[in-house]
Amino acid sequence: MGLGLSLTAVIALILLVFAGVKGANLHLLFGAVIPYAAFIIFTIGVIYRVVKWGRSPVPFRIPTTGGQENSFPWIKQNKFDNPSTTSGVIVRMLLEVFAFRSLFRLTKSELKDGKLVHGSDKWLWLAGLAFHWCFLIILIRHLRFFTQNVPFVIQLFEALDAFFQVGVPLLYLTDIFLVGAVTYLFLRRVVFPQVKYISLAADYFPLLLILSIAVTGILMRYFIRVDIVGVKQLTMGLVTFSPVASESIGVIFYIHVFLVSVLFAYFPFSKLMHMGGVLLSPTRNLANNNRMVRHINPWDYPVHVHTYEEYENDFREKMKKAGIPVEKE
Amino acid sequence: MAKTKIPNPDELGKIDYTPPKKHWMDIPVEIKPDMYCHGAKAKSLKVVDFPNARDWTPAEADWKLPEDWKKIVLEGISERLKKYRTFHVFMDICVRCGACADKCHFFLGSGDPKNMPVLRAELLRSVYRKYFTTGGKIFGKTAGARELTLDVLKEWWYYFYQCTECRRCSLFCPYGIDQAEITIIGRELMNLLGLNIEWIAGPTANCYMKGNHLGLEPHTIKSTIDFFVNDIEDITGVKVEPTFNRKGAEILFITPSGDLFADPGIYTAMGYLMLFHELGLDYTWSTYASEGGNFGFFTSNEMAKRLHSKIYAEAKRLGVKWILGGECGHMWRVWHQYHNTWFGPMDFLEEPVSPITGTKFANAKSTKVVHLVEFTADLIKHGKLKLDPSRNDNLVVTFHDSCNTSRGMGFFEEPRYVIKNVCNHFHEMPDDTIRERTFCCGSGSGLNASENMELRMRGGFPRANAVKFVHEKHGVNMLANICAIDRAALPPLMDYWVPGVRVTGTHELVANALVMKGEKERTVNLRNEPLPEKGGDSDV
Amino acid sequence: MNLNALLSKKKAAILKRWFDFIVNTYPADASQFLKIRKNQFTNPVGHTVSQGIEDILNGLLQETASEKLSLFLDNIIRIRAVQDFTASQAVIFIFYLKKAIREELETEIRENHLYEELLALESRIDVLSLQSFDIFMKCREKIYDLKATELRDRTIKALKRANLISEVNGEESDTKDVNKVDNSNNIKQTKEVN
Repeated sequence: MGLGLSLTAVIALILLVFAGVKGANLHLLFGAVIPYAAFIIFTIGVIYRVVKWGRSPVPFRIPTTGGQENSFPWIKQNKFDNPSTTSGVIVRMLLEVFAFRSLFRLTKSELKDGKLVHGSDKWLWLAGLAFHWCFLIILIRHLRFFTQNVPFVIQLFEALDAFFQVGVPLLYLTDIFLVGAVTYLFLRRVVFPQVKYISLAADYFPLLLILSIAVTGILMRYFIRVDIVGVKQLTMGLVTFSPVASESIGVIFYIHVFLVSVLFAYFPFSKLMHMGGVLLSPTRNLANNNRMVRHINPWDYPVHVHTYEEYENDFREKMKKAGIPVEKE
Repeated sequence: MAKTKIPNPDELGKIDYTPPKKHWMDIPVEIKPDMYCHGAKAKSLKVVDFPNARDWTPAEADWKLPEDWKKIVLEGISERLKKYRTFHVFMDICVRCGACADKCHFFLGSGDPKNMPVLRAELLRSVYRKYFTTGGKIFGKTAGARELTLDVLKEWWYYFYQCTECRRCSLFCPYGIDQAEITIIGRELMNLLGLNIEWIAGPTANCYMKGNHLGLEPHTIKSTIDFFVNDIEDITGVKVEPTFNRKGAEILFITPSGDLFADPGIYTAMGYLMLFHELGLDYTWSTYASEGGNFGFFTSNEMAKRLHSKIYAEAKRLGVKWILGGECGHMWRVWHQYHNTWFGPMDFLEEPVSPITGTKFANAKSTKVVHLVEFTADLIKHGKLKLDPSRNDNLVVTFHDSCNTSRGMGFFEEPRYVIKNVCNHFHEMPDDTIRERTFCCGSGSGLNASENMELRMRGGFPRANAVKFVHEKHGVNMLANICAIDRAALPPLMDYWVPGVRVTGTHELVANALVMKGEKERTVNLRNEPLPEKGGDSDV
Repeated sequence: MNLNALLSKKKAAILKRWFDFIVNTYPADASQFLKIRKNQFTNPVGHTVSQGIEDILNGLLQETASEKLSLFLDNIIRIRAVQDFTASQAVIFIFYLKKAIREELETEIRENHLYEELLALESRIDVLSLQSFDIFMKCREKIYDLKATELRDRTIKALKRANLISEVNGEESDTKDVNKVDNSNNIKQTKEVN
């Protein structure tokens, strides 16, 4: 259900650009107006969502503890899986965000009949990590289009990415890994019944969208050459708020940019917000020091209780007979 | 239950039991016998002034819901989204990666897809999308959204009472989404409609009025403990002298009332008494704060606070310096992660210091509650206890980490240190099944009733399976733990899956090994079974 | 080649077929999980089943005593007895062995005229299936027994406590009456609650 719909949506989006650029010559719309709009939606949307989450308070400090707590000096604490200090929490979050620590827990390998066997989960961690890292590096690489003199850092990323110096133009490793990882993440949703069962259109759509973005990007770089000078002119124009959409660039570029715009605009409304959510997750970003430091609940209110006095009134005679001390004789 | 036609013998092999492939939203819930607990009774809910109290039966079609139940639920969700960042974030960020799917003991034991944590959360999330997100409102089912209907409500009830709030899924989730938190909120919503289960509502009412889940009245508590005192004297020749509601004691001791009631918990309670006596500890029991556990926690956060206030109030009234807590699982999650927020700052108490060793419990300096097992570990570390572990030589012990102390606290080394010092034969279960990855007993969060025995057996299977492994490999015959629900729930679990393995609290082991001043030569252990012969490991 | 030799030779294939038949009695999304995960502890059901059927087939081939075979059956049936299966559904897995063998060895059996041996083997499997019913019943009885025991223990415990109170305070006649009322309350409470 969700799969067909997502596929249709992505194809429709591509056809839309084709018609818009080739048919109606809406270069400026697809090259500048929509990207601007998408960027604005992205920025405002993400801020709105995060602020909205942030406005829900954290009444209780409930970290999920993944190792030995802070105890006696002679018991070794697991400071990152069960942090009791802010610095420990920071390390825990860094491990979570940059190494997918919790997912990695799934990846225990084991010896079975003398052979090393990995659960299928190892692939989830690996593909997830490869996907996110490649996406980040590719994003950084793309900054070259938005800077007049390409900064050294970006050049360094490019150099490392093209480490093997294969092909002309040089082959970026991240391109290959990204496509591979996204394909795996997509296939597991189609092939594993267990994952298929829980998957929604909202799961297929972003994967297909990102895959299309990657494919159009790769096509542009390696196969269907576009007018690079025109591209840079447009991107620099976007940065300096004086966009010039050249007709010579080639439609594939507009498809690429439009899909990216859709991704950006879709982002704040979707599960892709997990990027912000992981940082706000109270089971991960709090120190396990409840017995040392009091956590305040901002909406705490007094509750109705059964007091000792009421209790003693209920049982005074029985207590006295049993020799249990009472307040009122 | 599904009825099967009677096939002729030739056809038997051809029957296809593969269930139909349907979207989960299209499979209505089936309330199956042996899988659920009785509905809460009106009188139990009335004691704590809960709304919509009435007698109702889950198996019947009519749940006698209030007319505006839908409105109540949706307003309840809206309110909780504003109150809990956990709930709000967890409703939004799941990417359905499936990492949690096979981490749930109920899924592992049953194969029911709605027991996958991700799907159990989607049961609620789908309704959240429909009423609280733009995408869900517009795209409906395509966006994974659905209407709140009576069937959906029943499905919630059925599956939120098939979650033991053990947090194993949360450990493996890349975003820390905690099904326990969603279940807690889900059960709060149920309670707005009077849809608790009696096994939780009854003890909650008891605890509220009488101070403990079992409804033991003050004189009964005293006589129960007097009974233990007599047994201890018979076994050791030492007369221990516990006090009750005594003002001016240094320490208030609180433990789950389950330890006063049934085997093998009572032996653990006897262990507490013997240890404290041997130390000459200046402590008191309380008949008012006579419950460490908190079935209110399985009802709503407010009810949890209402029940736990007794502990705090009683410590104040008696003027003790600090509080010592017995062996319990969820009691320690509540104490560790909630109590201080509810009742702090505990200015009227002092920073806990062991009167025997002088050790400051720095990790408890704000709440001033110390776990008995850390207290004992400290005693052993300082050589303050005379122990004869050979008295436990007939036992080959393994340790079951309770979910709450594991994933809500990180309490792993302390109990192991104690057990290894009082037992000579200890073997760990496999890595995937202990410490933070421990499997639930299958009966936590108020699900240890009798009527749902089948649910308990399947939920406890992954745990039992690991016990079975060490039972066969190392001859393990005793399953130690630090949780009262474990002590109640694991014996039948072992009886079904691994006959030959018994269950014990950690302080029963301590007390058996404890050489007391002035004791007679012991011939039997706390269970009145002959002690193993000295020097002979032959029966191991 | 006789049937036993054939079975030994094709054991892996038969077991795979048999296993797949069995896991297909679970919902599709669960059955895939049961197949993929091999870990004894993170997939206890899948592991117990695959280990169990291997033991059973080996037992049949080596003419193991039926008590021993019964133990292997027990491991699997004990699980299926708490998994929503009816009696026939719970024990059908043993019939699936027949199906697996017939399908896997169809040609060989026909070509080598092994029907007589096949019948003998199937009779042995029939015996296993009868044992399986017994085991299933025992498991179910155990469940009810556990339920009953829990209820009984709680009641007895409550009664004991009630008596105990009478004994302790028994000398004073006036408290006796108080306690009588009180005790019955206690029994009621405790029965209902824990």
